[in-house]
Amino acid sequence: MIEVDRAGRSFTVGRGSARRTVHAVRDLSFTVGAGEFVGYLGPNGAGKSTTIKMLTGVLAPTSGRLRVAGLDPTRRRTALARRIGVVFGQRTTLWWDLPLKDSFQLIRYLYKVDRIDFRRRLDELAGLLDLGSFMDTPVRQLSLGQRMRGDVTAALLHDPAVLVLDEPTIGLDVVSKAAMRDFLRRLNAERGTTVLLTTHDLGDIEKLCRRVMLIDHGRLGFDGTLDELRATGPDGDSLEEVVARLYTGSAPGTPAPP
Amino acid sequence: MEDVFLLYARIAAYGFRRHSAYRAAALAGAFTNSVFGILRAYVLIALWQARPGLAGYDVTDAVTFCFLSQAFIGPMQVFGGGLQLAGRVRSGDVAVDLLRPASLQLWSLADDLGRAAYLFLLRSLPPTFLGAALFGIVVPAGPAAWAAFAASFTLGVLVSFALRYLTALSCFWIVDDQGVQSLSLVLTLFLSGMVLPLNLFPGWFGELTRTLPWAAMVQVPADVYLGKRDVLEALAFQISWAAALLALGALATRAARRKVVVQGG
Ligand SMILES: Nc1ncnc2c1ncn2[C@@H]1O[C@H](COP(=O)(O)OP(=O)(O)O)[C@@H](O)[C@H]1O
Ligand SMILES: [Mg+2]
Repeated sequence: MIEVDRAGRSFTVGRGSARRTVHAVRDLSFTVGAGEFVGYLGPNGAGKSTTIKMLTGVLAPTSGRLRVAGLDPTRRRTALARRIGVVFGQRTTLWWDLPLKDSFQLIRYLYKVDRIDFRRRLDELAGLLDLGSFMDTPVRQLSLGQRMRGDVTAALLHDPAVLVLDEPTIGLDVVSKAAMRDFLRRLNAERGTTVLLTTHDLGDIEKLCRRVMLIDHGRLGFDGTLDELRATGPDGDSLEEVVARLYTGSAPGTPAPP
Repeated sequence: MEDVFLLYARIAAYGFRRHSAYRAAALAGAFTNSVFGILRAYVLIALWQARPGLAGYDVTDAVTFCFLSQAFIGPMQVFGGGLQLAGRVRSGDVAVDLLRPASLQLWSLADDLGRAAYLFLLRSLPPTFLGAALFGIVVPAGPAAWAAFAASFTLGVLVSFALRYLTALSCFWIVDDQGVQSLSLVLTLFLSGMVLPLNLFPGWFGELTRTLPWAAMVQVPADVYLGKRDVLEALAFQISWAAALLALGALATRAARRKVVVQGG
């Protein structure tokens, strides 16, 4: 479903003598099969969002190749958009000044969703994510948890085969977080939607992901199951301790940052 | 095709509604535009009484030009801005816009036309009626003349959008767009005919100002309204600039996509 082959992305920042190149992602390779639920971990600035932007066609890679749902994201961005759903937790796809349900209508037109499918799917998602009480509220008046549920709904209205989430639980309270996790788990289990999830919340990872990829300084430092990840540390270490050790690059098998 | 049209029509309707949430601001704008219209009218009356027939206008033409240009400020966003795009590029929110299966440019255009329609009602009609009531203005004779003006006015909005879109896109390449914004403001104010009718500028300089795209915003629609210009030639002039600038905008959008610097997480 997702194939990344030696993908890299660098940015040139600063000007004059302060000009330098930042390698946000380098030489990244992995594949994600249909129906997988993969956690994508990494410290701040590791290159997670850059990876997601390349996967969704927002950003062209400076090297390497990517394919998502069989398409080259940069070249076939529009076709790809109809096959994937994306949630950027720190941004919203919803229209700030419109009631939530009007945003969904616009999205229906945008993604050319058939009227009957749209109704059915919206009713289902609204039930699962409990949107009923704020469908008529302008987005700017929603709480963060409500907005995030609206954003996840918006990303799924066109029934994508792949869902990419960039920090969807950031800032949510425990109840909202639990509801979101429960929803994502069911989406993956019952509909078979492939999910790639970026988060700093290891609870999300423990509850949801069978497989974990860890990126640091733009390179893949670990790719394996949750149990294999735990096994990189001594017995009895919490997931937090294991991951923290991997982030600092002291664990075996992690390439040292250049 | 029909779907696509419906989508952009919806977006335009949304632009209209989004702006109707800011009615107080629009009414304040209408008030300011009207007051400045009156002040400018007195200055122009004095000028035309001293130099009758200046620029091929009589006093009533000049007063009409003044109130028309005031009426254009809102829909044509003569003082710049009006698009959310610049801010969204700066904040990185444009990443979300780039994800959508739609053209960033057509999307922004549809939204802007909705905005212009709303501001036409709230900010164009009041100063025009006020000018007509206080000073008396020229009124086009017959439906053909009105249709010509409607077309020319719409093209003026289109050219204004195309220019503002390019200005907004510049944020993809330069971090601080204040310089571009103020340059664009000065060019628009002086070269559109907003400050003084371009017909007043003599020689090659006047000739030049009347050939540049900004003339398509205020000067040309006003001249079409006043019946001072061959309609087909005027519309052709506006269409050419609109097409050229929109094409440039499409190219710039593509370039921006390839080398975007989308800020932040
Ligand atoms: N548009 C950009 N211009 C310059 N540098 C960028 C840009 N986007 C990301 N970066 C840099 O790339 C690195 C990875 O960023 P990002 O992918 O956002 O990390 P993460 O999402 O893992 O926190 C960081 O060092 C960041 O500063
Ligand atoms: Mg990030």
